[in-house]
Amino acid sequence: MYDTSDIRKGLKVLLDGNPFTVVEFQFIKPGKGAAFTRTKFKNLLTGAVIERNIRSGEKLEPANVEERSMQFLYKEGDDLVFMDEKNYEQVSVRAEMIGDASGLMKDNLACQVLFFNERPVDVQLPTFVYLEITASEPGVRGDTSGNVTKAATVETGATIQVPLFINIGDTVRIDTRTIEYVERVNKK
Amino acid sequence: MTAPTHRIRGRVIARDGDDALVRTERGDVRVRHAGGVVPGDLVSLDGPGAPLRRVRAYPRAEYPPRGSEVARLGQARRGNLAARSRMMAALRELFAAREFIEVETPAWVRAPGLEVHLVAVEAGGDGWLVTSPEYQMKRLLAAGMERIYQTCRCFRAGEDGVHHQREFTMLEWYRAWDTLDAIAGDTEALVEHVARAVNGKPEVKVAGRDGVRTIRVDEPWLRLTVAEAMRDFAGVAVRGDESIAELADAVRAAGIDPGGARHWDDVFFTAFVERVEPALVRIDRPLFLCDWPAPLGALARRKADNPRVVERFEAYIGGVELANAFGELTDPVEQRARFEDDLALRRDRGLAQYPLDEKLLAALVEGLPPCAGIALGVDRLAMLVLGAATIGDVNAFTTAEL
Repeated sequence: MYDTSDIRKGLKVLLDGNPFTVVEFQFIKPGKGAAFTRTKFKNLLTGAVIERNIRSGEKLEPANVEERSMQFLYKEGDDLVFMDEKNYEQVSVRAEMIGDASGLMKDNLACQVLFFNERPVDVQLPTFVYLEITASEPGVRGDTSGNVTKAATVETGATIQVPLFINIGDTVRIDTRTIEYVERVNKK
Repeated sequence: MTAPTHRIRGRVIARDGDDALVRTERGDVRVRHAGGVVPGDLVSLDGPGAPLRRVRAYPRAEYPPRGSEVARLGQARRGNLAARSRMMAALRELFAAREFIEVETPAWVRAPGLEVHLVAVEAGGDGWLVTSPEYQMKRLLAAGMERIYQTCRCFRAGEDGVHHQREFTMLEWYRAWDTLDAIAGDTEALVEHVARAVNGKPEVKVAGRDGVRTIRVDEPWLRLTVAEAMRDFAGVAVRGDESIAELADAVRAAGIDPGGARHWDDVFFTAFVERVEPALVRIDRPLFLCDWPAPLGALARRKADNPRVVERFEAYIGGVELANAFGELTDPVEQRARFEDDLALRRDRGLAQYPLDEKLLAALVEGLPPCAGIALGVDRLAMLVLGAATIGDVNAFTTAEL
């Protein structure tokens, strides 16, 4: 069990049966009362943030959560199969857990998989992925004004909006949080 | 480590044979054939190949040399320390004008504060560092001093946060033959006076998540009773004579979970912290939270017209708890009983037992005149006057910097 003096950013605790991580905390001590730690917790399953005042002396239950570095191997129906980089253990994760960004996943992509009670509950993609453009209409010459974009298909099959100057064969950097084009990069 | 290619000034930190290692503003450099300089010398080198000269001191314009202490304190902290010094001068002006005598009582005491939520710092095995100078200052009142104040360092273990430090500066002042209202008047005048002295106008600044906001301090402060605040902000009726079960039911009915709280004050403060404190943050006027329930009476006397509450107020500005004041309890019998209650609560919670201050109790028996007094957090006052975000911003050293 943890007590209030253990509270720090990133501490993983169990509240009402759900795993939470501490994102913010503040020591408070109202007029001659007990000390409290005003704590913001993020639900590791839903991302929802809640605030609780933990009184000095109260206990917090540690959450059995573990973050493991895993490689994306392949898609199998609606499931995504990952492999632990250390012990080669494989696990399947529902694609919906990742949402739209699952369309940007290429074989061997290194991800962080969060386990709660030994079960995968969340997958953290790298913030940026680098993918090759496999299909796109050529840009129309002369149309170079600001925000004009066109649809393009990347090697994983997903479609994103890119600037007109992007051609088939270009490699682009994509933000996995927004699924948006960031920039063209030199081919490596 | 590089060889110098430009004019340098610095301090010799070590010799290496014929070479000297010199710490400069731009990093450490090695100077060949350094001659007779020794570690600690301030040196100057006018260019590559020039001889290393020992200099007596940096020109004042180049002082202080950049280094770890300078980086630690920073321009803003140095400015805050200067402003805090002006604030302290203004504070003494006000007390002098009101004919208070400045006193100093010991930092090392044989009996620390007994309040349940204070943890004293042990010192020397037979005493503690003072948690508040109140016991000694009340003895001075009993000894015939009528208007006294002091600023002193107080120590409370385990307190560490934006507004807390285990060592902090307390301002306490007392008026014999006077009332809690007079203390409230002093408080209003003090905050206005130091704000004008430091900021040039009667304004303080509250640093919050969304930046710094300004609060005027030249109008009478808002007065709110604890019962009003708990009713309006928490939806909990508090009289002061209810049982813990009754209070816990009222708190639960308001949708607040008192958790495993087993004591009256813990139930009360669960609701207070959850609903009242956040509401006080939003009030753009300094305020006195008055008439505390008797179970939170500490050293305050009961109100004559309503013994369920005590003569006590807490001063708040922008949600920052600045001070706590009492119409002081002078009854030696009730005082001893409250001390015994505190000790029993400490035993019940498995906390350290401290000795009773028998000298204070003896002074009450001899006769303490009717009096009122207050304890104000000087660091917090400086934070408010300067708009500082943390207590460390208005101190020369934080605990972490020691």
